[in-house]
Amino acid sequence: MASTLLHLHRPKAWIGFAVVLLLFGVLVPMLNQVVPAESALYLPDHYILILGKFACFAMVALAVDLVWGFAGILSLGHCVFFALGGYAMGMYLMRSIGKSGVYVSDLPDFMVFLDWKELPWYWHGFENLWFAVLMCMVVPGVLGGLFGYLAFRSRIKGVYLSIITQALTFAAMLLFFRNETGFGGNNGLTDFKNLYGYPLRESSTKVFLYTLSVVVLAVFYLLTRYLTQSKFGVVLRAVRDDEAKARFSGYDTLSYKWFAWTLSTVLCGIAGALYVPQVGIINPSEMEPANSIEAVIWVAIGGRGTLVGAVIGAFVVNGAKSFFTAAAPDLWLFFLGALFVVVTLALPDGLIGLRRVGWRRFGLDRLLPKRSHAS
Amino acid sequence: MTRTFLFTVLSLLSLALVWAKPARAGQGEVDQAISLLASESHVEMAKGVTELALADPDKALVVLSALEAGKLKKDGRGVVFVEADGKKLLQASTLAEVAPSGTTRSISLNNTSRRTLSAALSKLRLTAKSVAVRLESARELAAYPDAESSALIRGLIGGERDAGVKRLMSLALAKVDLKSSDPKLRLQAAKSIQDSDDITLEADLKALVTPDEKGRYVEKDPAVRAELDRALQSVKRRIFLINVISNTIYGLSLGSVLLLAALGLAITFGLMKVINMAHGEMLMLGAYSTYFVRERMLSIGPEVAEYYLILAMPFAFATTFGMGVLLERLVIRHLYGRPLETLLSTWGLSLILIQLVRMIFGAQNVTVANPDWLSGGMELMPALVVPYSRIAVLTFTALVVGFVWFILRGTSVGLKVRAVTQNREIAASLGIATNRVDMWTFGLGSGLAGLGGVALSQLGNVGPELGQQHIIDSFVVVVVGGVGNILGTIFAGFGLGLANKILEPSVGAVMGKILLLVLLIFFIQWRPQGLFALKGRAADS
Repeated sequence: MASTLLHLHRPKAWIGFAVVLLLFGVLVPMLNQVVPAESALYLPDHYILILGKFACFAMVALAVDLVWGFAGILSLGHCVFFALGGYAMGMYLMRSIGKSGVYVSDLPDFMVFLDWKELPWYWHGFENLWFAVLMCMVVPGVLGGLFGYLAFRSRIKGVYLSIITQALTFAAMLLFFRNETGFGGNNGLTDFKNLYGYPLRESSTKVFLYTLSVVVLAVFYLLTRYLTQSKFGVVLRAVRDDEAKARFSGYDTLSYKWFAWTLSTVLCGIAGALYVPQVGIINPSEMEPANSIEAVIWVAIGGRGTLVGAVIGAFVVNGAKSFFTAAAPDLWLFFLGALFVVVTLALPDGLIGLRRVGWRRFGLDRLLPKRSHAS
Repeated sequence: MTRTFLFTVLSLLSLALVWAKPARAGQGEVDQAISLLASESHVEMAKGVTELALADPDKALVVLSALEAGKLKKDGRGVVFVEADGKKLLQASTLAEVAPSGTTRSISLNNTSRRTLSAALSKLRLTAKSVAVRLESARELAAYPDAESSALIRGLIGGERDAGVKRLMSLALAKVDLKSSDPKLRLQAAKSIQDSDDITLEADLKALVTPDEKGRYVEKDPAVRAELDRALQSVKRRIFLINVISNTIYGLSLGSVLLLAALGLAITFGLMKVINMAHGEMLMLGAYSTYFVRERMLSIGPEVAEYYLILAMPFAFATTFGMGVLLERLVIRHLYGRPLETLLSTWGLSLILIQLVRMIFGAQNVTVANPDWLSGGMELMPALVVPYSRIAVLTFTALVVGFVWFILRGTSVGLKVRAVTQNREIAASLGIATNRVDMWTFGLGSGLAGLGGVALSQLGNVGPELGQQHIIDSFVVVVVGGVGNILGTIFAGFGLGLANKILEPSVGAVMGKILLLVLLIFFIQWRPQGLFALKGRAADS
């Protein structure tokens, strides 16, 4: 056990990990719940919401980094899996509204509005939380698994793969925009009331969801860290750097890529399921191709191929976004656009790369992978 | 009661006129009939209409058409005038310009006189010397058939010499006769429909020949029913034909837009293996250049602005060409050999360009109105009008493709571009400045997108997100056609355009698009290198 842990991180890094986890997992909730509202240290609810959202985005960044940073698969459609997980959770939340909706019906409001008489077959089962949680992993996993199998089997790679992932999320968005698809069309699913009996409006529920997101993020980090440090990770990197050589060396590169890809889509689904109860809405605009491309830039800015970097990138870019869209909304797109250009031109290793010199001083550079330009 | 009686008398009268060979009467009778038109009594007026039609059919057509359009006036002394173009007043009896005495007022109609008038006019038009007038009149009667005019047509149809007019007349008769109690008339009607170009009767015919749940037919006579069935098939055939033709035309026009958007992308992608996500924004810049040129020229004068497209094309090309060269020099050349990074940085550039345009021109969509010579359309068949702008875009695309073909195949720059596309290292070692070729090619690709933007501005609104709407489609075209393959891109562009329009009627526009994207995913399975894959060593690069 101890050796496995030490294989993942050196003791100093473990201490850093524990400090960050305590900071976000314990101190932040306490600042909101225990500290009285008048105190200067009190953290208002909407900061909890923002941090919770960022934690979910960081999970997506980890998932993107797993396939892009370690397997060389650039997905421009990962948000479709995030949204599918979100829809699965949204369907549960919708069903749990019960008769307290506007139309006082057993059916979700939008179905009453569309004059539907009964629940479509694919909505059955979502009255149970366990089923929704299962589905938020199964649905993205099955779609992603199928897509990945088809794509990798015919050896689609590089920009072709990027383009068809974009086509996938675009097609899904168009599909979900339709009222007939049965997921609320344009408006999506919203007006949620309770999660497992707990009202979503309550501050305590919000803090619980936030803390859960932080814990899940930490688990995802350790899981992806474990995978990429294992023999599996080594082969995956070999596939990234030269797939043909890896294949000639006898590795079944299709299976490696396919496993990493499918796992990545499941992680996205879980992130979506945690995201939806916090923000209170899920609609098809989450599947916009631009969103998926933004997720890639989180990873690129933090440092591709470094899992820590992906998490940092997600927090930094989204923090900047929150700041800019409030302070100077016109400038946000300029800033984001410039980030894309500057990072790819000048910072191929992202923020983590910038700190490489400093990290080496503390002996932490082993944490980072070897710099590589293969894409 | 009185009115009905009067009306019957009058229509019988006009019917009688059909057989009476119109004798050219003296000017006196014409003048008298015209003066009756100015009468306050509508009965007198109706009499005037009938007499005028009888006395001088040519003049009657002019005067009575004016009466129908509300352009017949009378002055204080009861002299009747026809109001011609530009408010000129012509005295009705001589059709010469005469000054009225005092103020004039329009001659109004009541229901009775209006009915007399339209019966007289129908007859005048159907017997007019000009085939065009007869054709127009017959077409209108065929579109809005009624019992009165059918009686008139029945009398005239035997004497009609023009085949087109005759077909329309028998269609007008057939529409009324379908409900006749005489099986012979119904049989004749069914035959006339088969000969006509009608597409409106599908539902009516279907109701006649489809049995109800007890197996009874509306049409009892089996012989007539068989003929009606044949008529129904002929109507369906015509509808199908019209759909095929219009889908083909709209599909080709959509395909030409896709092609214009994808052509430049295919060239840069093939040459530099660079995915240019900012390519859509070049379309957008081209469209905004057109808007800008038109606004500038409008401020000079509307007559000048008619010809804005002639200036807009070189302007849009120059703008986007310059922008392309700039981007290549500043960003893209530093990223060669890293296609995924290029994809990200060009995405960033596209965000900057969108925001820039939003700040200069505003976030709202702008409209670039077609010049007058491009608005309107060509009627290929009844119920099938093709807008001129679509035809112009199709022609324009053909010219642009010809232009690209010429540059790549007919100039030394094109030779170098093709050499670098096939093998960059060997081309470089043979002394081609690949660096410069890249720059010009990127400029050319962007300039082509700019021209595509000019075309797009003629088909719809122009907004900052215009490029984003087209980028995925153009990637699909490039991927299906095979990267860097111009011929493949042409086939893929038109193919996808047609497929879109063929799928659209049966599954809807959005589902059609979804279906195409899913098909694309399967298509890549089957042909990972596109329709026209490169063979040999180049294939795996």
